[in-house]
Amino acid sequence: MAKKNDLLPGTLDLLILTTLKRAPLHGYGIALAIKRLSDEVLTVEEGSLYPALQRLLLQGWVKAEWKMTETNRRARFYTLTAAGRKQLGVELSEFQQMIAAIGRVLQDA
Amino acid sequence: MASFVRFLRKVRLLFGREKFRDELNEEMAFHHAAAEREFVEGGMSVEAAHHAAQRQFGNATRLNERSHEVVGFRIETVVQDVAFAMRQLRRNPGFACTAILTLALGICASVSIFAFVDAAVIKPLPYQNPSRLVALFESTPSGPRFHLSVLDYLDWKRLNTVFSGLDAFDSSESLLSTPVGIQRVEGAAVSAGFFRTLAVVPILGRDFRAGEDESGVGSNVMLSYGTWQRRFGGRKDVIGQTVTLNGTPNTIIGVLPPAFHFAPTGSAEFWAALHLSQSEDRGAHGLSAIARLKDGTTLQAATANMQSIAAQLAKQYPDADQGRGATVVSLSDAIVGDVRPIMLVLLSGTELLLLIACVNVTSLLLVRTEVRKRELALRGALGASRLRLTAQFVTEGLVLVVLGSTLGLGSAWMLMQLLIQLIPPPMMIAMPYLKGPGLNLHVLAFVCAISLAAALLFSVVPSLRFSVRTPQDGLCEGGRNTSSTLWRRLGGNLVAIELATAMVLLAGAGLLTKSFYLLLHTNLGIQPEHVVTLRVLLPHSSYAKEQITAVANRFLEEGAALPGVTSISIGHSLPIGNAGGNTMFEIVGQPTVGALKEVNQREVGAGYFTTLQVRLLRGRFFRATEDASKPPVTIINSAMAERYFPGESPIGKRIRFDASEPPIDIVGVVDNIKEGPMDQPMRPAMYTPFAQDPDSSFFLLIRSSRTEDSILSAMAASIHKIDPGVAISEEGSMTERMNESPAAYLRQSSAWLVGGFAGLALLLGSIGLYGVLAYSVSQRTREIGVRVALGAQRSSIYQLVLKEAGWWTAAGILAGLACSLPAGMLMRSLLFGVQSWDMQILTLVAAVLGTAAMMASYLPAHRAASVNPVEALRAE
Repeated sequence: MAKKNDLLPGTLDLLILTTLKRAPLHGYGIALAIKRLSDEVLTVEEGSLYPALQRLLLQGWVKAEWKMTETNRRARFYTLTAAGRKQLGVELSEFQQMIAAIGRVLQDA
Repeated sequence: MASFVRFLRKVRLLFGREKFRDELNEEMAFHHAAAEREFVEGGMSVEAAHHAAQRQFGNATRLNERSHEVVGFRIETVVQDVAFAMRQLRRNPGFACTAILTLALGICASVSIFAFVDAAVIKPLPYQNPSRLVALFESTPSGPRFHLSVLDYLDWKRLNTVFSGLDAFDSSESLLSTPVGIQRVEGAAVSAGFFRTLAVVPILGRDFRAGEDESGVGSNVMLSYGTWQRRFGGRKDVIGQTVTLNGTPNTIIGVLPPAFHFAPTGSAEFWAALHLSQSEDRGAHGLSAIARLKDGTTLQAATANMQSIAAQLAKQYPDADQGRGATVVSLSDAIVGDVRPIMLVLLSGTELLLLIACVNVTSLLLVRTEVRKRELALRGALGASRLRLTAQFVTEGLVLVVLGSTLGLGSAWMLMQLLIQLIPPPMMIAMPYLKGPGLNLHVLAFVCAISLAAALLFSVVPSLRFSVRTPQDGLCEGGRNTSSTLWRRLGGNLVAIELATAMVLLAGAGLLTKSFYLLLHTNLGIQPEHVVTLRVLLPHSSYAKEQITAVANRFLEEGAALPGVTSISIGHSLPIGNAGGNTMFEIVGQPTVGALKEVNQREVGAGYFTTLQVRLLRGRFFRATEDASKPPVTIINSAMAERYFPGESPIGKRIRFDASEPPIDIVGVVDNIKEGPMDQPMRPAMYTPFAQDPDSSFFLLIRSSRTEDSILSAMAASIHKIDPGVAISEEGSMTERMNESPAAYLRQSSAWLVGGFAGLALLLGSIGLYGVLAYSVSQRTREIGVRVALGAQRSSIYQLVLKEAGWWTAAGILAGLACSLPAGMLMRSLLFGVQSWDMQILTLVAAVLGTAAMMASYLPAHRAASVNPVEALRAE
């Protein structure tokens, strides 16, 4: 198995929370959304996705409920909670600070 | 708050585990299906899409496990592992029983001996700050530890600048008047500050006040806690009551705490104050002393100070103190100094046994790892992480250790009770600190420490063993041969270690047994068989000196008339004692220059040497008529004759204790009698007629053809017929006295214990060897089958296995020999008449070990030789 583009550590939670900002999604939907939004650059491995979702559930940042999909199959949909929305704000600003910092370092080089 | 919510969620998940897993599986199945559909829409065939999705998705079980690890409690995995470990043990009851019992055995031996070591060595003194306490002795040319005289004690106390308290004590015995008659009781007399120096506070009443130890002050006593409970029912109103000791009333002023004991005075029941007076003779040495070091004073400084005081006194009073110095040792050295080496030897013995037990269990675990390698490889291939598999090993090790330790601890407790029962009462009185070994904090901490070490060993070794192989290796049949060579080498090394350890223990036991044997057969100078002894204590008030001789003679007449009695006599003390009763003397006609002459003095009856069958070398024995009215005479032993009358006949020479006393004629020379401990060399001794200096306490020695009990009770009855007020104690036979003397008893008991450990070690070592060989044979069945099929003789198959066993055994024995020598050096204070390189013992031990090893390897060799080649080859 060749490694796809690895995500920066800690960014998976941020990506998941961001995709859930627009609408509730199931796990596959989240993976698909990240792939599409990043123009197929970022691939979320299932091995990381589901543990991460469990972690977010545990923190209370997302909540899950079973719903029917368009293909008439049961799937677990994840919704952002109020706490999750707040957390997203925190993580986003932290991420932007970091990107800015990295950018400054790279510019100097 | 947030963490609490998280905790609640985890708890909910813990109870909804099944649901959690199902939901996760369904979720991932959905993902899987969706991915597959996408592949199909992208133009893949259905089948190719299925495989692609599966590849992309990876190992579902592992995914599930990883999600589970995020949300589950760590404890949940532990519970699973423990349950699995228990199931494993139940499925292999043979392995489980062997491993747990072996471990329990090691821990049991180790812990019970540790409890005694803890009681005797680590916390033997129930006083405050015991490390600041010292024991004081006078040193003389014959040795460093002798009694003080009252005047020396008073001067030491007055002149020293290093002690915050210095006090004297003496053990005593009294006749206690009780409603059921007169009883002999142990007691002690102490100077007034004794308990304050020990920092022991009475639980009831008061301590002696300063000045209460001067002569002429009324008689007050303190009770030991046991006496208060036993004789006075633990009543609070006991303070102020009187007890009659030796016919005089004493007022009870206090009760000592329950934990208090003081080994030098044995089981003293009544504690009285000494009556010290300045008019005592400086040459009469009868006191012992203890002291508490001032803060910041070292033992060396104290020794220097005391020695300069002793030197000053020696100059001031040359008659009494010439050649006398001072010895300062820590109180714990003085009290447990003798038992310490034995305890450490026993503890080392049990630790070696524990080591063997652990090595044995480790090799069992290794065999099991080997057997389970496919299971483990399978679990690895199915997605169990290395961490999870290691955790499984750790859990299994822990389960084993917990079961083994619990069982070991329980049996250790029982063994301790048994061992305490086995200690004879006189030894127990001399070692009161051994009374309380129990499962205290020290012992529990010790158990925890060894359990942890064992658990570490049991979990690390199999995981190391497992990690040298990749899972593929384990799954592959052919992988067996290479790995089993490695294993055989490791197993063989472990067996060699076990055998070497067993060899050290066996050698130790052999040396101790031989010491004990030699000690019992050492020349005592007497024929102890068929001699019984009993101690007589006459009531002080009823008998004057002359009357003592008269009543003693009546006892002798009555005793001699008893049927079966061949000979009866009197001795003020008995052989094989503590070598006390020393006296200074000078030879009449020789100038008293140089070191003082010192000798053991013993008062004995006329028939004493005949009763004990001591050889007369020159001159004559005492006559029955030689009493206080006749000129004083003495018989000396050959050691005294050789030391003080070299090259001349001592008969007719005269000695005296000092210029103020009449000279004593030497009338005979007898063979040396072992007066002191059996393991000490013979010392100069002089015997004087009991009748010339009678005492109200003496022993009767009876040689008879009757059984011990019947003659002792007949004698006691005769004595009580003459005077019912006489207290009789210490009844026993001379051989008992030998066997139960500390020198013999300590060697005997340590020989038994170390011998027991060695036997167990031999058993465990043989089992270990058997196990490793049996496993090795089972692994090589195919190889052996091939050999047999190609025409190998049965005998060469035997050789194949026995050679392997022989190598390990030889290595074990050689290593054991190498370790036995230093081990023997470490316990040389316990050895008597043998050296650690005693060839007889070492050869015997090596032979025993070799035989046991060959017996253990015979069965696997036999099994190997009877391998049926057809079956062996088909089995694969």
